[in-house]
Parts: sequence; C-alpha cells; structure tokens
Amino acid sequence: MHLTTDNMVRRKEVLESSCEQRARMLQDQFSVSVNHVHALAILVSTFHYYKNPSAIDQETFAEYTARTAFERPLLSGVAYAQRVVHSEREKFEKQQGWTIKTMEKEPSPVRDEYAPVIFSQETVSHIESLDMMSGEEDRENILRARATGKAVLTRPFSLLKSHHLGVVLTFPVYRTNLPPHATAEERIEATTGYLGGAFDVESLVENLLGQLAGKQAILVNVYDVTNSSDHLIMYGPRYPDGDMSLAHESKLDFGDPFRKHLMICRYHQKAPTSWTALTTAFLWFVIGVLVGYIFYGAVMHILKVEDDFHEMQELKVRAEAADVAKSQFLATVSHEIRTPMNGVLGMLGLLLDTDLDSTQRDYAQTAQACGNALIALINEVLDRAKIEAGKLELEAVPFDLRSILDDVLSLFSGKSRQKGTELAAFVSDKVPKVLIGDPGRFRQIITNLVGNAVKFTEQGHIFVQVHLAEHTKSVMAAKANACLKRGSDEVEVIASQTQFNTLSGFQAADDQNSWENFKLLIADEEFCSDASDNWIPTGEDSESVTLMVSVEDTGIGIPFQAQDRVFMPFMQADSSTSRNYGGTGIGLSISKCLVELMGGKINFISRPKLGSTFTFTAVLRCQKNASSDLKKSPLEAIPTGFNGMKAILVDGKPVRAAVTKYHLKRLGIIVEDASSIKMAIGALCGQNGHLRSGNGKRPDMILVEKDSWISSEDGVLPIRFIDWKQNGCMLLPKVILLATSISTTESDKAKAAGFANTVIMKPLRVSMLAACLQEVLGMGKRRPQGKEMMKGSALHHSLLHGKNILVVDDNMVNRKVAARVLEKFGANVECADSGKAALMLLSLPHKFDACFMDIQMPEMDGFEATRQIRLMERKENEKIKTREVTYEGGSKTEWHVPILAMTADVIHATYEECVKCGMDGYVSKPFEEENLYQAVSKFFESKPI
Amino acid sequence: MLGFGADRLRADMNRLLALLFHQGVLDEQFLQLQQLQDETSPNFVFEVVTIFFRESEKLLRNLRGLLLDRELSDYKKMEIHLNQFMGSSSSVGAKRVRNVCVAFRAASEQSNRAGCLRALELLEHEYCYLKNKLHELFQLEQQRVMAAGVRYPIQG
Repeated sequence: MHLTTDNMVRRKEVLESSCEQRARMLQDQFSVSVNHVHALAILVSTFHYYKNPSAIDQETFAEYTARTAFERPLLSGVAYAQRVVHSEREKFEKQQGWTIKTMEKEPSPVRDEYAPVIFSQETVSHIESLDMMSGEEDRENILRARATGKAVLTRPFSLLKSHHLGVVLTFPVYRTNLPPHATAEERIEATTGYLGGAFDVESLVENLLGQLAGKQAILVNVYDVTNSSDHLIMYGPRYPDGDMSLAHESKLDFGDPFRKHLMICRYHQKAPTSWTALTTAFLWFVIGVLVGYIFYGAVMHILKVEDDFHEMQELKVRAEAADVAKSQFLATVSHEIRTPMNGVLGMLGLLLDTDLDSTQRDYAQTAQACGNALIALINEVLDRAKIEAGKLELEAVPFDLRSILDDVLSLFSGKSRQKGTELAAFVSDKVPKVLIGDPGRFRQIITNLVGNAVKFTEQGHIFVQVHLAEHTKSVMAAKANACLKRGSDEVEVIASQTQFNTLSGFQAADDQNSWENFKLLIADEEFCSDASDNWIPTGEDSESVTLMVSVEDTGIGIPFQAQDRVFMPFMQADSSTSRNYGGTGIGLSISKCLVELMGGKINFISRPKLGSTFTFTAVLRCQKNASSDLKKSPLEAIPTGFNGMKAILVDGKPVRAAVTKYHLKRLGIIVEDASSIKMAIGALCGQNGHLRSGNGKRPDMILVEKDSWISSEDGVLPIRFIDWKQNGCMLLPKVILLATSISTTESDKAKAAGFANTVIMKPLRVSMLAACLQEVLGMGKRRPQGKEMMKGSALHHSLLHGKNILVVDDNMVNRKVAARVLEKFGANVECADSGKAALMLLSLPHKFDACFMDIQMPEMDGFEATRQIRLMERKENEKIKTREVTYEGGSKTEWHVPILAMTADVIHATYEECVKCGMDGYVSKPFEEENLYQAVSKFFESKPI
Repeated sequence: MLGFGADRLRADMNRLLALLFHQGVLDEQFLQLQQLQDETSPNFVFEVVTIFFRESEKLLRNLRGLLLDRELSDYKKMEIHLNQFMGSSSSVGAKRVRNVCVAFRAASEQSNRAGCLRALELLEHEYCYLKNKLHELFQLEQQRVMAAGVRYPIQG
C-alpha cells in the first residue's frame, strides 16, 4: 500500500512538474510572441505614422513580417488594421482603392468606425481590407486593447481559414506617445490602428508539446477561464478522457490581465499499474503469508506437540498403570487359579487313592500330570508377574554351584539318555566353591536353558560350562590375537576336519566353545591353580564375582527370523515348534528377567540345524572364608575317600576328557590323559614292566570312554588286558567304561571285555560318580542311602525344631491353623490374640525365636505392634551396649526377634511396607509350606543358633 | 466286612469332598487342614472347624445386629467383622463363604445397606450349607473311624 501511495505521489509529482514545464514553455513562447507583436506595433507606429510619408506599405510589411516570422512561432500571422471613423471612410477607401469589407467579405455596412486591415503578413493576406470591427471577438478585443493600451486576447474561437481553435492578439497603435498614466479616453482618442495576430493555439500547442518527451503520456487541456463558471476550451478534447483521478492545473499568464488561462494536465492512461510495485507488493504479501503460515504452523506444531506430549504422558501413565494392573492382575489371577488347581490336584490325589482300574488310573494320572504342568506354568506366570511388579527379590544364601549343576544334570539325565545325547557340565576351577546368591533362581535359569536344549536336541551334546567372566574375556582376547598371528594354515586344517572338536564331535553354533578355546581356558586354569592352590579373589572387587555360564547344544537351532523374539514371553520360534516340542515359551523370558535381576546379561548364538549356545552372566558374591562355612551349609558333601587316587582317562575327544577330568578332580583324583587304550596300557606296561620310578604311584583305575573302546579294534587290547588280570596280577587298576547310552549287546560285549558291572552312565555327576567308584573299588558306602530322602519337609523339621515361636492373630481359627502348621514343623508355639498381648509376651527378656504377626488386627495392628516391639528392643540394646544390663553368659548381645507378617494379600501388603515398620519378611496366609520355608529359612539358616 | 464298610465310607467322604470342591464350597486349604491332622492331634480338623463355627455364628449375629439397627449402621465395625470372617473362612478353606464376605465387604465399603442385607442373607445361606455339609462329613468320618476301628490320618 505504501508503495502504491508512494508511486501515486511520485506520479503526481511527475505530472505536476511536467505540467508546470509545459505551462511555462507555452507561456514563455507566448510572451515572446506577444513581445514581438508589441515590437511590430511600435514599428508600425514609428514608421507608418511618425514618418511622413509613411515608410511602410503592404509590401514592406509583408516582407518584414515574413522574414521575422521565426520570432513568432505561435502566431499564424499578423496584420495591421487602421482605425477609420465613418467620416473618413470615403477618403480612406479612395486612398486604398478598395472598400471596407466585413468578415463575410461583403462591403461593410455603415458604422461609427472601422478597422480595416491594411497591412498583413502573407499567411493571412486573405483578411486584408476586412473590417476587424465586424467580427465580434475582434471588435471586443480592439475596444479593450485601445482602452488599456496593452496586448489583449480574444476568447478562443474558430479561426477563419484553418478553422482551428485560436485566439487573436491585438495591440493598439497610438498616434502619439501617450503619457504612462493616460486615461482610457485619451488612449481611445490617440488610437490610430491595431496590430493583431492570430494564435493558432491548437497547432501551436501541438508543436510545442511535440518537442517534449512523453507527450503521449500526458494529456494537456488549455482553457480560457475568464468566465469562471464556463471554461472555454482552447486546446485539447472537449470531453477529456484518460485518468480523471489525477490532474494538475497550472495557471498561464499570456500577458492579458483580463483573460485568465489555465492548463490542466492529466495522464493519458490510468495509473500504469506499476509492475514493480505490484510484484513487490505481491512478494511482500507472499512473504507475509509465508511468514504467517510458518508462524501459524510453528504455533500449531508446538500446540500439537504439546498436545501429543500430554497425550503421550497420559498414555504413558495409563500404560504404566495398565502394566502394574496387568502384573497385579496376573499375580492375583495366578494365585486365584492356583487355589482351585490345588483343589483339583488334591482331588485327583484322592481319586488316585481309590480303587481304579488301569484305564481310569491312567486317565487320572494324565490329568494329574497335566495339572502339575499347569501349576508349573502358573507359577512361572506368577514369577513373571512378580518380577514385573518388582516384587521378586533374590535370596542371598551360600550355595555350591557345582552341586546345582549336578542336580540339573540329574534332572535331565533320563531324557538325554533316552535320546542318546551327551549331557555334561564343566565348572572352571577358578569359580569359588561357595557362592552367595539365590540358588533356586540360579537353578531355575540353568534348568530352563538345559531343558530347552534337551528338548530341541536329538543328537550330539548339551554342554554346560561355567567360567569367570573376566577370565573368559581375557583368554578370548588372547586367542583372538593368537589367531591373527597364526594365519591361514590353521583355518585349512579346521576346514578339512569332518569331526568337530566339541564335546560330541558335532558342530556347535558357537565356535568359541570348541576345543581350541576350551584348551586355552583350561590351560590357563591349570597354570593358575599351580601358582596358587586356592582361588584368590582378584583385584579390589573381591566381594563379587561375575560368572559366565554357557549352555551349548547341537539341536535344531533357532530360525534367524525368530531370533530377535526369543526372549519375548509366549513367543516361540514358530507355531510348529509348540506343536512338535510343546512348551509355552515363557521360560526364557523369565530366565532373562532373573539374569537381569542377578546383574547379568543373557544372549545366544544360534545357527539353524547346528544348534544354539545360550550364554549368560550373573554377578554373585563369594564367601570369604569358604572352608569354614562349607561345613555348615546344608550342602551335599563330596566324599573325600578318593583323595590322592590316580586314574588314567582314555578319551579321544579332549573336551569330553576335560569334563570327565573335572568331575574326577572334584573327588580328589589325579587324572592322566591317554588318547587311546593302547597308549593307556602302554603307560601301564611301562610302569609295570620297567618300574618307571619317580612319580611312583600306580593308577587306581582306568576310565575308558565308550567311543574309544569301540573304535579300538573291537576290544582286542582289553582282551590282552584280561589276560593279565587272569594271570593274577591283583594290583592291576580297575577298568571302567564311560557311556552315554549303551545297548544290551554292547553291554554284553563290555562285560565280556572285562568291564563287568563297571559301566558308568553319563551324564557324570559327582555323587553318582562317587557311588559308582565306591562300588567298583569296594570302598563301601559311607552314607546311608536314605539320607537324600531327608530333604523336603524333614528340612523344615530341622529348621524349626525346638524353636519357640509366637503366633499373633486375633482370628481364633487362623491362630489355630497357623499354630498347628508350625507345630507340625516341630516348633513350640504360643499364641497371642492381639498386638497388646504380643507386646506383653515379647517384653524383654523373652524366649521366642520368631514371631508370626497378623497385620490386620483391631486395636493394635501388626505394623504398630512391630514398631513398639522394635522400639522396646532398641532401648534394651542401648542398655546392653552401655552394660547396664547383662544376660547370663553374656550370650545375648543384641535383641532382635524376627517378625514375619502374615497376610492374606500377597500383592497389597508389600514387602517394603513390612520392612518399613521393622518386620523381617512376610508369609502369605493361609500358610503354604514352601512359602513358609522360604521365609523362615532366611533366619534360621544363615543365622545358626 | 468291617474293612469294606470303612472303605465305602471313605469313598463316600471323598465323594462328598469332591462335590464340595466341585461346587466351590471348599478349596485346597481344607486339604491342607486335613494334612495338618496326625497322631499328635487326631481331631485337629474337627476342632478348628468347630471354632470356626462358633466364631462365625458370633460374627453373623453381630453383623445382623449391626445391619438391623435402625440407626445408621456402623459400617466400620461391620468391616472389621467381615475381615475376621474372611480370615477364618479362608483358613478353613470355606471358599464360597469367603467370596460372599468379599462381596459383603465391598457393599459395606460403599455403605450400601440393601447390598449388605442381601449379602448377609447369602452369607447366612452359604454358612448354613457349609455347616450342614461339614457336619455330614464329620459324621461320615466318625462312622469310618468306628468302622475301621483304627484312625488313619486322612491323606490328600
């Protein structure tokens, strides 16, 4: 807009200046002409009247005016008319030789006076002898001119010849020199003639404007505005077109004060809509729109983002709430399903107690098995829900990792034997004997991984290894370096091998576990164990160790497309998997959660059709003074009777040999390698025959791997061996066959070959190995067979036996049941029916070892009661510290009775709430044996009283 | 002959228990209760259930009294009673009674008098049913013990 107005202003200014310019030019030209006409008038008066006889005649005048015409460009011509009064007419006509004519070229009628043209320029010679007074305009002009003595102009009228619009300029010529202030009468009296000239304004202005640039652009109108109400047009169209919006008026002074003239300029065309203005305006507009749009967009975007953010936040909150709700729901529902399921199982148990025929029994047993599977699944779901709800906490009790692995192997030994797959476990010597952690959960992970491995492996092996993570890492790094150095020749060797150097000779998914690496790991280990007999915690972080557990199988592997969702709950490789192998696919996700809870990571390498290797790390603490605590822990002790014995192991496969060696070493047996029976017997012969002195101990046993035996020329050599035996060489070592599976024919053959009753079935486990060896070596069993039955509820017995326990519950029925459960575990139970009564009973000193406290009680609830008990204890402990109170023998140094909350609600009464008020744990109500055991074991196991 | 009778009675008991389980009157907690019974406390189940009956009747009486009180019922007190009832019923495994208690408590939390009354009636009904059935069970057991001449712990 500004630009447009700017443009308008500029336009106006241009118009003004050009209009003024035109007006001035016109005026100047005009006045020049007027001056010249004035000069002519003076010339005429000087040479025509003051000279006698007159110096001017028509000829002279015509020539002079023609030659000075350039001086009067605006005048079409000039003429001189003499004043002739009527009395002088005749004389004048005679003198001139023509009669005075009117403008219509007719002899003039009688008048007072006449003004016939006597001299005229050639251009206007047609007006000679015409009486100027006869034309109306001329007459007025003449009258006015002689009265004022100045140049006067007519109003514009159509000129005689050209019919152009024009004005006539008239100068009076006086006979005598008039005084400067002569009156009008004097002037009229003195007048002798008139000099006139016709301005052909139209063509003249045209010419004039033609000399100027931009004449087309500007429209010029010249008006006679003497009569202000009626503008007489002098030049230009009568009804001017063009741009009416803008006009400029310039005054013209043609020297006649009576007449007023005006020039009006207009633009010929409407405001030439300036393109620049238009484009810039448009651009500005576009820019404005764009900026506006950008701003609008930005604001909208911000608003949208904000909205989205709020929405997301809300969604997040909702999702979190939903997640918590889901977990709670799962926990609750699982719990709720478990209850009727237990009913179903109980009833199935009852049903199985009744008289059933075999089909019915089969049905019932199937139902029970399914029920058990369902319960197991529900427990898993509950586990997951608990983990997700952050309600699963890990125990921290000492345990022996090796025995856990043995347990897991024994769990799957039946299945693996059925399939003929080799199942083995190996724990690095660097792993401490006793670790502190959650054995149950650790076992759960390994059981899950091994279970999967067994499920999906039809041939080959399943190999569980445990190493220290730091150690493995360093060895692997070293190995990588070595590989780089050694170059390509080794690669060739590996490629040409048809048998792989793994446990069973089958190729495994993760090459890292092949013999090359394993050798390094073990070699390093042996070196270390030479250097220091015991495991020494490394570095400053001596409290915790990071274990790396790998479970390798040679099963079907995991399809690549399914590998990224292995750890998602309820996801299986594909639908056919569950069809063929069963399972829910929740196990791995739980394992992952558990591993993460243990501060580790789980991952896997899998190649379809080759197998998978799952590896996880777990951070556990290690027991500081391992030897002293080992005895206290309720772990299965390893028989020590084999200490110092010597064995020769015949196994062509180094990995397998290492595993066997590991188990034998655990029994304290020193093992020597031999890759074949020949070699073993060679070594034996050497010892027998030539008495290889030095390491003089004779081997007590020779363990032969079945593969080695089969491959060694159908047991020819063992026959030689039997010969020796028959020769009465009593000091010969026992020969034992190790086998994964053995057929009847094979076992017959083995018996024939001298392995009578000395076949050890794999998977190897220390307890089993020890038992077999005892049998073979005739050492006799040192432990009663029934001891292993002592687990289960017997453990609870021992755990709670003789303990004084206080049960606090306002509900008589609950009290009775809880008391009965605890009594059944051998505890001495006392009851209290309110928090207050409990406080009374627990006032110090008291005899109670533990207290089970109901949370919801009238008057004083469990939390409050616990708080008060703790307060009481704190006061007493202060006193003990300051030795104000002493107890007999000074045995009590601190009072802290374990208080366990009893709650019907597993989810709501959270652990934290209990801990906050000083409780030590909680058990769900109604009591469940397992739950109770878990809760109680924390106090009575780790704190031997 | 005597042994056969005991077996039949045992089968009857199992049938009755199965029925109660099927109907959802009892749950596995009752089996746990039975497992707690042995030589040292041969009448444990009976004792507990008797206490349960006594307590429950007291509670039911109180609840009815509270609800029929013309004045505005004391919902707070009612909830305490109901918590008691829930605790004891879940301890003996009286599942349906417990479930009704849960509904009752929900109604009382909302101060829904009509709902409370309905729940109370249902609770009384469930309780009577349970009591009858358990009495039946105990009678069977008594007969069985007498028939067998010897008492065996009931194994689930």
